[in-house]
Amino acid sequence: MSKAVLYDATLCIGCLECERACARYNSLSYDDAVSAEQQTSERKFTVVRSLPDDKYMRKLCMHCADPSCASVCPVAAMTKTKEGPVVYDETRCMGCRYCLVACPFDVPKYQWSAVLPLVRKCTMCSDRLKKGLATSCSDACPTGATITGDRDALLAEAKKRIAENPGGYVHHIMGETEVGGTSVLMLSAIPFDKAGFRPNSVYGKGPLPANTWKALSKIPDVVSLGFVALGGIWWITNRRHEVAAAELSEKKKKSTEAAKPAGGES
Amino acid sequence: MNMPKITFWRVVFALIMIAGAYATFVRITQGLGATTNLSDEFPWGIWIGFDVLCGVMLAAGGFTLMAAVHIFNAERFRPIVRPALLTAFLGYLLVVVALMFDLGFPWRIWHPLIMWNPRSVMFEVGWCVTLYTTVLALEFSPLVFERLRLERPLKIIHTIQIPLVIMGVILSTLHQSSLGSLYLIVPGKLHPLWYTSMLPVLFFVSAIAIGIAMTIFESGMSEKHLGHSLDKAIVIYLSRILLVVLIFHGVLRFRDLYKRHALGFAVDGSYESILFLAEVLLTIFIPIALLAIPRVRLSPRALFGVSTMVVIGFMINRLNIAITGMEGYAGVRYFPKWTELSVTVAIVAAGFAIFGLATKYLPIFEHGTESHEATETPAATVAKPYPAQA
Repeated sequence: MSKAVLYDATLCIGCLECERACARYNSLSYDDAVSAEQQTSERKFTVVRSLPDDKYMRKLCMHCADPSCASVCPVAAMTKTKEGPVVYDETRCMGCRYCLVACPFDVPKYQWSAVLPLVRKCTMCSDRLKKGLATSCSDACPTGATITGDRDALLAEAKKRIAENPGGYVHHIMGETEVGGTSVLMLSAIPFDKAGFRPNSVYGKGPLPANTWKALSKIPDVVSLGFVALGGIWWITNRRHEVAAAELSEKKKKSTEAAKPAGGES
Repeated sequence: MNMPKITFWRVVFALIMIAGAYATFVRITQGLGATTNLSDEFPWGIWIGFDVLCGVMLAAGGFTLMAAVHIFNAERFRPIVRPALLTAFLGYLLVVVALMFDLGFPWRIWHPLIMWNPRSVMFEVGWCVTLYTTVLALEFSPLVFERLRLERPLKIIHTIQIPLVIMGVILSTLHQSSLGSLYLIVPGKLHPLWYTSMLPVLFFVSAIAIGIAMTIFESGMSEKHLGHSLDKAIVIYLSRILLVVLIFHGVLRFRDLYKRHALGFAVDGSYESILFLAEVLLTIFIPIALLAIPRVRLSPRALFGVSTMVVIGFMINRLNIAITGMEGYAGVRYFPKWTELSVTVAIVAAGFAIFGLATKYLPIFEHGTESHEATETPAATVAKPYPAQA
């Protein structure tokens, strides 16, 4: 059963306990300066954004069902685990940064100032999930705005909350269908594109790796048909020249034979 | 006595190399942040957009001419195969050098060879670079063997030549197109003037156009600076092929924009539309209009100008995809830091220098040395005027 995180922005009070817990779990330093930052970065894997009218919106890795980052990574340093988290193996990474380019949520961050730079992002506390624990941000949340559970159950719960309080939510669950679904689900009272997300057209409904796969899956055809076609063309054109060359040397023989007596006379 | 003469260009070259060496030092000791204007918002810059995308593109002459001569038996192009092959080989070596600067862990560049992810376009790119550079080295090796008069390895290469050429053409097809496929993953990020599922096809077709344009361009350059040039008849013949490929590419490009209802973006006066117009004027409208004039096609000087325009136009195309088209989404403008530029300039300058040295010491423009091939490929004998006929 794959795990998921549900964040209900209407329950969030902006206490930043999740930010602190996240920093602790990932051994990142956390102070007033970091706390004031409104963007995720190499030193801040989750952020609670302050929006007008005492509204909040969290940002963290969405842990896509079919993650772009994992699909584009040439060395499989990014992988989707069966529990749900998308994790990063720093010993494989060669630093091409295709994951940063590809991520539809702009989640992976890079240690630009490091001489040995790594990609940094939320790992959905994959170690904790494996042990059956909730993520550290869920654990730390005093209001239950962030909770961990089975994805199916949390999706049902999210739908129930919207149905029970239709006026309190936009009727959209972020992560239900975006890029083919994600392991982080979100509820909000204000439209997501006004809370730091892109317009929904950017995400689309299907997984993005399908786009590249359409091209990649043609490689065997290009290789096999290419070999036959090019080899065949070579064989045909070369045969033509072999024949021409053979005819020429025939002629040559004849002409030298014909030229011999003439040469002998002179 | 044997000190090289100090000329203007040698001084410029030395300054470029010193700046490049300094930038390299900063890159190694302080990392990407200190050397580049890259950021989380804009993770790929000029090293990918220019060095890698344009570098591979400019190497396209290699596979185009290898295919023309060895597969399609278009013997008339034989004299230009070697310069094209040299350009391709240098192009790929320089791409690898540029990658060493761009990768966070350059010494792990071999990782994709053992850590597989066949779903990744970058994985395909990595394999193509490795395999095609090897093929190019083998295809190029006879020139070195000839120079050193090594008969045995020359024979071995000759035996496997055709499979090697076919492999080279297929790897190039895959690699040229895969650089376009890289961007298929970002439909929401790349501007609609450039994002299309046709990206791999457009990259491949434009690579063929570039292969031809680069050959004409190199011929002109060689004439100016090295005293070698191609037969005028070949250049004129190439210009016809270039015209056809450019029209094919132009129709493909605009058919695609029309089908995706993206033509409106071309005239909305935005930053993107201006760079788009620059690109299509230089790759489609102006060169096609010029090449359609017979007088232009008959003048090697005019053709040199047109091919230069096409090369610059497609460079703008690649930079538009890697940079212009991604800036709108990123919400930041990217312009390379001087250290980024100086690395690129140094790599290109090194390429020019090695090209010059190679033409000096290797039989690049000498066709007499191909006589041994003549005995094995009857086609070559056919191409030569037969004394009896004269």
